Amino acid sequence: MKHELTSRETFDAYLASQKDMPRWWLDLKRESWDRFHDLPMPHRKDENWRFANINGVDLGGFHFGQNPEGEAAEKDLLERSEQVHQRAGRLVFANDRLVHHEAVSQKLSDQGVIWLPLEQAVRKHEDLLRKHFMAQPIKLGSEKFSALHGALCSAGSFLYVPRGVEIDLPLVACHWTNGPNSAVFPHTLVIAEDLARVTLVDFFASHQRHARNYVCGVNDLYAGPGSRVTYISAQNWGHDSLAFHLNSTQAFREAYVTSLNVNVGGRQARTESHSQVLGEGAHTEMQSLTVATGSQEFDQRTLQTHFKGHSVSDLLYKNALLDDARTIFSGLIKVEEEAQQTDAYQTNRNLLLSPTAEANALPGLEILANDVKCSHGATSGQIDDAQLYYMLARGIPESVAKQLLVFGFFEDILGKLENEEIAENLRSLIRAQFD
Amino acid sequence: MATTDTPDLDIKTDIGNFVYPEKHKYDAGKGLSESTINYMCDVKEEPDWIRDFRMKALKTFRDKPMPTNWASKDLNAINFDEIRYYLAGDQKPSRSWDDVPDDVKQTFERLGIPESERKFLAGVEAQFDSEAAYSNIKEIAAKQGVIFVGSTEGLKEHPEIFRKWFGKVIPTGDNKFSALNSAVFSGGSFIYVPPGVKVSHPLQAYFRINAQNFGQFERTLIIADEGSEVTYMEGCTAPKFDTATLHSAVVELVALKGAKIQYITVQNWSDNVFNLVTKRGMAHEDAEIRWIDCNIGSRLTMKYPGVILKGRRARGEVLSIALANDGQHQDTGAKMVHAADETSSNIISKSISVGHGRATYRGLVTMPKHLKGCKNNTECDALLINTNSRTDTYPAITTRGDHNSVQHEASVSKVSAEQIFYMQQRGMTEGQAMSLAVNGFINDLAQHFPMEYSVELKRLIDLEMEGSVG
Repeated sequence: MKHELTSRETFDAYLASQKDMPRWWLDLKRESWDRFHDLPMPHRKDENWRFANINGVDLGGFHFGQNPEGEAAEKDLLERSEQVHQRAGRLVFANDRLVHHEAVSQKLSDQGVIWLPLEQAVRKHEDLLRKHFMAQPIKLGSEKFSALHGALCSAGSFLYVPRGVEIDLPLVACHWTNGPNSAVFPHTLVIAEDLARVTLVDFFASHQRHARNYVCGVNDLYAGPGSRVTYISAQNWGHDSLAFHLNSTQAFREAYVTSLNVNVGGRQARTESHSQVLGEGAHTEMQSLTVATGSQEFDQRTLQTHFKGHSVSDLLYKNALLDDARTIFSGLIKVEEEAQQTDAYQTNRNLLLSPTAEANALPGLEILANDVKCSHGATSGQIDDAQLYYMLARGIPESVAKQLLVFGFFEDILGKLENEEIAENLRSLIRAQFD
Repeated sequence: MATTDTPDLDIKTDIGNFVYPEKHKYDAGKGLSESTINYMCDVKEEPDWIRDFRMKALKTFRDKPMPTNWASKDLNAINFDEIRYYLAGDQKPSRSWDDVPDDVKQTFERLGIPESERKFLAGVEAQFDSEAAYSNIKEIAAKQGVIFVGSTEGLKEHPEIFRKWFGKVIPTGDNKFSALNSAVFSGGSFIYVPPGVKVSHPLQAYFRINAQNFGQFERTLIIADEGSEVTYMEGCTAPKFDTATLHSAVVELVALKGAKIQYITVQNWSDNVFNLVTKRGMAHEDAEIRWIDCNIGSRLTMKYPGVILKGRRARGEVLSIALANDGQHQDTGAKMVHAADETSSNIISKSISVGHGRATYRGLVTMPKHLKGCKNNTECDALLINTNSRTDTYPAITTRGDHNSVQHEASVSKVSAEQIFYMQQRGMTEGQAMSLAVNGFINDLAQHFPMEYSVELKRLIDLEMEGSVG
């Protein structure tokens, strides 16, 4: 039985599957479902949706839940979830169903580290989940889609790192879609207490390269005082998919948070990233690498809010555009009145590799404090002729030279990643788009 | 600077809010309706096509919503029913120089404005007492075949040129306020420069414009024919007497092949005024349009001068300075629409926010498909003086096409404590040091201004900065 994603039948069937879950969880689901239906669809005149293809945002024809062929392919998908071998733990989901849970070592769990699929975490760690699940503000235009995520999300990873615990190896989560028209709601929640250190990697992909799927993922990072949190996501949804990824970060005093989103998939993929500086001396890095091919549209909305001073936020979004692809970068730095001595930067670089590609940039600043250093820059341009000439003069064929220069464009972010295995993974994901 | 030894003078622009009793021969009354437009057309003896144009514009104005989805909510404070849309007649007001408040006189003194101009600026004389200068310019210009008249006159005497270009660069429906202007416009200038003519003197608006023409809804149309050059200036740096609360001008420039137009504005309305202006130029092949825009007064200014780069190798430039003091919001910026190959544009914007002032930069740069070799450079720098000052930047950039490049940079900073300390050590007061630093901030832009403007601007900044520190 397949129902339309937004129909009452879908939600009733989902609630029936959740009947053993705690009461607050079910209440939250019902309330989110009602909110989803109350909120309006994005409107053409909405500033948060400027330049976006509003007509492409259509939730019709998607289905939520399992299909039999999906389960048959799970073994195959699990084999393909081996991107990172050196890891502290792993979770694999296909069509929002848990396929595999690789727990953290005994040593880490003795130290109090929690690494669980979301549903188990909801049952076992009610206090933490009630406090942090869907608790961060959604401000960048996808309130409606976030509400639907709240209503239907069950699949995801929950990571809790207690005070002072440092995890060297990354934790890995893989989310797959399988079969046509399936909808998934992957969730990631990371809570790093004081002085904790952790890295988490999300891999998102469709089983079939040209699949049509609906995705709305939410990931929330809570970086307590003095913690170091690194979050990396690689998105390769099927090329006929509609995808939303809503990222929120809370950085408290002296916390250092790095997040990197690599995007190559989807027909229309929108990321909203909100970084909130809530403590003095905090530092957040927001990075993104995108290869836009065919007629893909990548819509990137970012917000850096500084509530406390002596803090730094630095954003770098790099897009390479081929064919008829479009990108939209819309960023805002907001410095509140009391956040004196803030350094906030925002850079968007677009490399246009085709005359019919289109890059839109809306870099913005709203500064209410006066003792700040803030800047933003946006550039759009082609491969530098002088650099190309240099390579041609040394006998490198033009196609190879261009490719080297394009790969070099991404290298200033990839080259700085501490984990070489992850960096190599991301490199091959990017390179595959140029084949 | 010679002015620094004067004691503190609070130069809020609301000094300009003194009121004289007014008598006008023609008054369309308050509020806007079809009968207002009929009254205007009858009084001005306008042809029917203009009447139709106005009526259509009125409908567009009513249909369009306020742009509050992106712009300041302050716009809702405008009460369109309380505004007088047309006043005329009465060329000789019965006020005298003695009625002008002393502090206003003092301001003029400090700004170094010539005696003859002061009376006009204070609203004492409806017509600036420089008929000689005006006719002189007019004579020189006329010898070269240049037409320099009011827009009403232009419409009547040169319909063949006027009608061809009127409303072509800025269509009625461009935005709510351009529609309003199209419905009730009066005043403004009409200039036509014949092919190859380089107008040696800058054409200055206040040499010609009288009280009526300095009105709320002026409409200016400048056409520079092939290979010609012209510079036009409007406004002045002194705080200006004004009773109206809404100003909504439309300015259209057309630079034909190889022509150059430079348009200079210095705006210093009193701080009860909404200044909502649409300005745009169209640059044909090899033409160049440059807007120099300086906003100091008004309660809310929304002004984004633009250039449509329609011909190959056309060039557009916007240089702007905004100063937002307590209670003011300067929402300014620029639009560059690239519509031909190898076109280039440059935007440099500097803003200063003082006290509770808010300065906003809003920009738009588009390079559509199938264009080659287009370039844009945008720089916006903001300076924040006090802890409660505010600045925003909202550019929008769309790039497509082959070998097009765009760069945008913005920065926000404050005057460094070291700089102030250094100057104070050498015997300057904090206020003097601050105004020197601010003048340094805008200096590289102010250099592009005509000399008398940049001198007045510097003095004005000195005045505005006084009392802003400590």
